[in-house]
Amino acid sequence: MADTCFLGQGFSTLVGLLLLPFGSLAASQIEDQAEQFFRSGHTNNWAVLVCTSRFWFNYRHVANTLSVYRSVKRLGIPDSHIVLMLADDMACNPRNPKPATVFSHKNMELNVYGDDVEVDYRSYEVTVENFLRVLTGRIPSSTPRSKRLLSDDRSNILIYMTGHGGNGFLKFQDSEEITNIELADAFEQMWQKRRYNELLFIIDTCQGASMYERFYSPNIMALASSQVGEDSLSHQPDPAIGVHLMDRYTFYVLEFLEEINPASQTNMNDLFQVCPKSLCVSTPGHRTDLFQRDPKNVLITDFFGSVRKVEITTETISLQPDSGIMESRQPNRKMTKGNAVWKRRLMSSDHSSIFLKGKWKLKQ
Amino acid sequence: MAAPGAAATDLEVVRGKRAALFFAAVVIVLGLPLWWKTTETYRAPLPYSQISGLNSLQLRLMVPVTVVFTQESVPLDDQEKLPFTVVHEREIPLKYKLKIKCRFQKAYRRALDHEEEALSLGSIQEAETMFAEPSEQAEGSLTVYVISEHSSLLPQDMMSYIGPKRMAVVRGIMHREAFNIIGRRVIQVAQAMSLTEDVLAAALADHLPEDKWSSDKRRPLKSSLGYEITFSLLNPDPKSHDVHWDIEGAVRRYVQPFLNALRAVGNFSVDSQILYYAVLGVNPRFDPASSSYYLAAHSLPHVINPVESRLGEFLTMRVFLPGRGRTLKAQPGVGGSSAASLYPVLNFLLYVPELAHSPLYIQDKDGAPVATNAFHSPRWGGIMVYNVDPKAYNGSELPVRVKVDMVRVMEVFLAQLRLLFGIAQPQLPPKCLFSGPKSEGIMSWELDRLLWARSVENLATATTTLTSLAQLLGKISNIVIKDDVASEVYRAVAAVQKAAEELASGHLASAFVASQEAVTSSERAFFDPSLLHLLYFPDDQKFAIYIPLFLPMAVPILLSLFKIFLETRKSWKKPEKID
Repeated sequence: MADTCFLGQGFSTLVGLLLLPFGSLAASQIEDQAEQFFRSGHTNNWAVLVCTSRFWFNYRHVANTLSVYRSVKRLGIPDSHIVLMLADDMACNPRNPKPATVFSHKNMELNVYGDDVEVDYRSYEVTVENFLRVLTGRIPSSTPRSKRLLSDDRSNILIYMTGHGGNGFLKFQDSEEITNIELADAFEQMWQKRRYNELLFIIDTCQGASMYERFYSPNIMALASSQVGEDSLSHQPDPAIGVHLMDRYTFYVLEFLEEINPASQTNMNDLFQVCPKSLCVSTPGHRTDLFQRDPKNVLITDFFGSVRKVEITTETISLQPDSGIMESRQPNRKMTKGNAVWKRRLMSSDHSSIFLKGKWKLKQ
Repeated sequence: MAAPGAAATDLEVVRGKRAALFFAAVVIVLGLPLWWKTTETYRAPLPYSQISGLNSLQLRLMVPVTVVFTQESVPLDDQEKLPFTVVHEREIPLKYKLKIKCRFQKAYRRALDHEEEALSLGSIQEAETMFAEPSEQAEGSLTVYVISEHSSLLPQDMMSYIGPKRMAVVRGIMHREAFNIIGRRVIQVAQAMSLTEDVLAAALADHLPEDKWSSDKRRPLKSSLGYEITFSLLNPDPKSHDVHWDIEGAVRRYVQPFLNALRAVGNFSVDSQILYYAVLGVNPRFDPASSSYYLAAHSLPHVINPVESRLGEFLTMRVFLPGRGRTLKAQPGVGGSSAASLYPVLNFLLYVPELAHSPLYIQDKDGAPVATNAFHSPRWGGIMVYNVDPKAYNGSELPVRVKVDMVRVMEVFLAQLRLLFGIAQPQLPPKCLFSGPKSEGIMSWELDRLLWARSVENLATATTTLTSLAQLLGKISNIVIKDDVASEVYRAVAAVQKAAEELASGHLASAFVASQEAVTSSERAFFDPSLLHLLYFPDDQKFAIYIPLFLPMAVPILLSLFKIFLETRKSWKKPEKID
């Protein structure tokens, strides 16, 4: 009696042990699927950062753009995937008491100009036409690769614009403007050609919310520093340099981004809370109705960072002169038994494949 | 005295009325249409109906299969019926707007003498060498030989064999329903070698809506006219390792045959470079159990980004100062820069870890070291870590001369290249003998699968581009279409239709060329620089421009017309009053 009990126990533990990896496999599969559902599905990241104002007293707009550039580079987007447009040169401006620097903080704590800044469109090249050409891809064929937005349907694009704006327009270079309808049409052209997977649009100008009012293409999330009728204010002046160094909204966004590293899990809802009215004086706004996913599932690094999908390479091909014949007993890639000449190297301690291998043997 | 004066003013008044009427007539009849015509955006005529017809195009992919029967393979009375043709067609169930049907056209025939001879040899390799002499079969077609049930060409328990060059062997059967049974076996083998649902699903992965959340493993390179392949050797520690690699020889011996086999798919250019003092962005961890360093699987995605920014450095020859204050030198290897080319770039990196971090292994997500010590990223390239043989350090002083074993490296890189292109292991039918690829690394029918997938992908892309262009022109009214853009659109539509025809008749090579032309023309039309939409003017601004021009001219005309109308109405009413 005791023997059979013992046997029964042993048998059930054996069954339990056999089922355990199966259960964990199933659980990890479900976990994988759930994780993938909330993931973005993008494989590369691009950023288009535009500063539209010129003249020395608009130092803060260049500093805004450069601080976003710095964050985006730090979080992993390479220069080849960033289109940086600066309408004026502040670092080498004759009025800059500290040449080759652009500071974002009083007491000159943070030099956002850094060691390697790659400006793609500079000075008078920053025009509405060039900006729209970059977005829609209708660029003359002589343009070099660094000046193009070579995104595809699996790219997440961050677009940051700053400068002087008004209700429904953004001023470029003191001579022309881009209206919110043109911008919405440009995004629609990008969508029609599937040049983006998801788009994050951030604007730091006066009455910035008016610029995203007219968007109608899907998968766009927009943030602005102020509502219609409000002005976006600058942060603080620096007495040594003599101009205002940054705008409030971008200052607090930069502070927020400095805490993010490539592996962090902070989501968009936290970005929406940055710079409340008490700090910013203006009311930042955001628009998420065109976006498919819930903002709380959208990671900051989905747009500001560049995390790639990688796969371990498990196969090699044989380059020996005579590769022999290989048998297949079951139409399943993992299960093909190799002989030495085929040189298929299976992972040595891959639990799932060992288990399935056992199952395969039973079937035969 | 008053009468002639009155007559004169009457004449004046009549003349005045006529003049006013004439002005109004000119303005309305000539002026308005002229203004309308000159201010509309120029649109050359486009074949909108044909473009919308492309959306309901039925794609029929035909695979011509020649089935050759040897003498003992089927009963005699069945053999009398040869030759004839059987067609097997089925629809591929994909949730895509274009219906795709796969059609296997099997031409049954008897074996010729030399084929009988070859198939009665001892082993399958000898048979294959006999068949190697005749010319290459056309792309897309297959030949299946049916041998007798008891033939010793194949091992006893194997029912079929798939060879590397569009050739397969299937066992026959002596049965009443021989042709049906053999036909099914032939279809199974032919499907493994040509079209299956997953090949097409992977090709159309970007166009199928629900696959957005599916596994990223099915993300082969997008179809393009050409590709740039760059091999880079990263040596972060030149003080300890003096690394030499014979990349030119390796490319010539191993990579070039592979790319030659793929030359139908596009133009390839190969560069190489060596980068010194280029470190990975992730610090490896030390594993005391094996006294080696490892990179965990979850840190691998962060490896690529810091490295990528340095891969293009030799183009501009910048001197770059990383955090530790050392200068980074770049040395150009074979080949030129990629700054000018717009082809997608595939990067293959070989990393020789520093002495302080040797040996370095890559761990998968279960914590086991990966045998190949390599990983790849879809649509980007691959990285392999090459550990220096510890015996090389014995007794010799630094820097140690390291000669890279290019065979091992190229085995991994070519496997990664296959995976990046989406050339995956096919689903083999049961009890099938399968021969690996010959020295090129790719089998002919794998190339065919790639060409089919690419043709379908190209057609889908071209159709989507043309449809998007038509929709855009409907939505945004101020885009100009010039004549050359219109001719590109016509060319693209014609190429799509030609490609569909060629696919239906089984000419894979010309179908692929036509589909590439369709994509190129449609992209050229869509991305023509002249299609930038004109500046948008809100309505109040438009009024503000026109009113100062038209109002001063319109007011006198309208007022005089009104006056004329009132007077004419008065003169009609007057005769009624007088009896």
